[in-house]
Amino acid sequence: MIEIRLNGQRVKVEEGVSVLDASRFYGVHIPTLCFLEGLSPYGGCRLCLVEIGKPGQSKLVTSCTYKVEEGLVVRTQSERVIKRRQMLLELYLATCPSSKIIQDLASKHHVTQVRFQPRHEDCILCGLCVRMCKEQMQGKAINFAHRGTERAVCTPFDKKSEECRLCGGCMYVCPACQARCQGPGAEEAICNACLNLPQPCLEHFDNAMCYMDPCVACELESKREHDVKGGKKA
Amino acid sequence: MDFQPQVNEELLDQAIALHGLSLVSILHQVQDHYGYLPEVVLRALCRKSGIPLTEIYGVATFYSYFSLKPRGRHQITVCSGTSCHVRGSGRVIKEVCNLLQIQIGQVTPDGEFSIETVNCLGCCAFAPVMVVNGQYHVHLSPAKAREIIISIREDAARESDLQTQEAEQEREAVPLQKDVSLR
Ligand code: FES
Ligand code: FES
Repeated sequence: MIEIRLNGQRVKVEEGVSVLDASRFYGVHIPTLCFLEGLSPYGGCRLCLVEIGKPGQSKLVTSCTYKVEEGLVVRTQSERVIKRRQMLLELYLATCPSSKIIQDLASKHHVTQVRFQPRHEDCILCGLCVRMCKEQMQGKAINFAHRGTERAVCTPFDKKSEECRLCGGCMYVCPACQARCQGPGAEEAICNACLNLPQPCLEHFDNAMCYMDPCVACELESKREHDVKGGKKA
Repeated sequence: MDFQPQVNEELLDQAIALHGLSLVSILHQVQDHYGYLPEVVLRALCRKSGIPLTEIYGVATFYSYFSLKPRGRHQITVCSGTSCHVRGSGRVIKEVCNLLQIQIGQVTPDGEFSIETVNCLGCCAFAPVMVVNGQYHVHLSPAKAREIIISIREDAARESDLQTQEAEQEREAVPLQKDVSLR
């Protein structure tokens, strides 16, 4: 067991775990895109970044690949982190505005504008499918190929793979495959529909069993309430 | 599937024995032998070495040194890295392409020349740089590049002339011998 400082609090964590695991263990939420339990961390999306080190000498690292050290000072919600994260999300929105997962993340982190030309890519190169295929399905049917702007996930020689068993694991984990509510043809690069929902449904149905899992509007509403209460107290 | 060469099993066995699982070294040896990396050979390599085909394909497409398509007899590699770019490699590339009437990544119809660009050849001080058949030509200008390629073309023409001459001589020599043996 070693001691780290997580958002100003001294906590004990096991040696060898990543900063992301440690924070999740203590209930501190860090958004991720290319991380999935059961797959090796990849460090590709940079969304999980946190600030480590003393103020003034701090640096940003990806928490999914960074291992905890004795006395490590971690800040997961500093201004620097939030700004970078929002910028990343803005870039992701411009790359792949049709993805529900990215739109949700953007709404959750209050990204309300996209200042880049939308590209409508169908892949963000997070590598989830590649790792899923290799590590969980023992398939090795797809991989990254080419380099730079041409980098893409594909089967060897772009031909039908003999190794693929059509398990669909790659599609299951793909954050770009899940289309957003209005469908892929939606014009705006940013949806933010959840942000603009007037009231979450719980207002009308007290003990509704919501099938949306936590819907973004619900979460935001509870957060707003929380903020207001906190503000009153202060 | 387009033309695929014969797989040289011996070469693969040898390469695997020599380099173990160092993929890049094996690919180097394969490319030296064939001039490029043919699909059937890569598939055979996967079968023999146990390296997944996805990995082989990923590495082979990552490095611009490796090519999955046949190249010309004379490979022209023009650098379009940062230094070379600012010192005018764009004009050199254009000139060479115009001269040979092909685009980047293509081979001339007679199979003599192929053009490629790379992102840095590691000698930026000599920018712009072009490599033809492993030989570096530095401080290029479009005119200089043109000269180099024309001279190579002439050399090649002369060589092939010589070869045809030799072949003709041999052909002429053969009936004589036959005559001798007949007598
Ligand atoms: S989750 Fe850590 S970089 Fe993507
Ligand atoms: S940029 Fe051309 S050699 Fe480096």
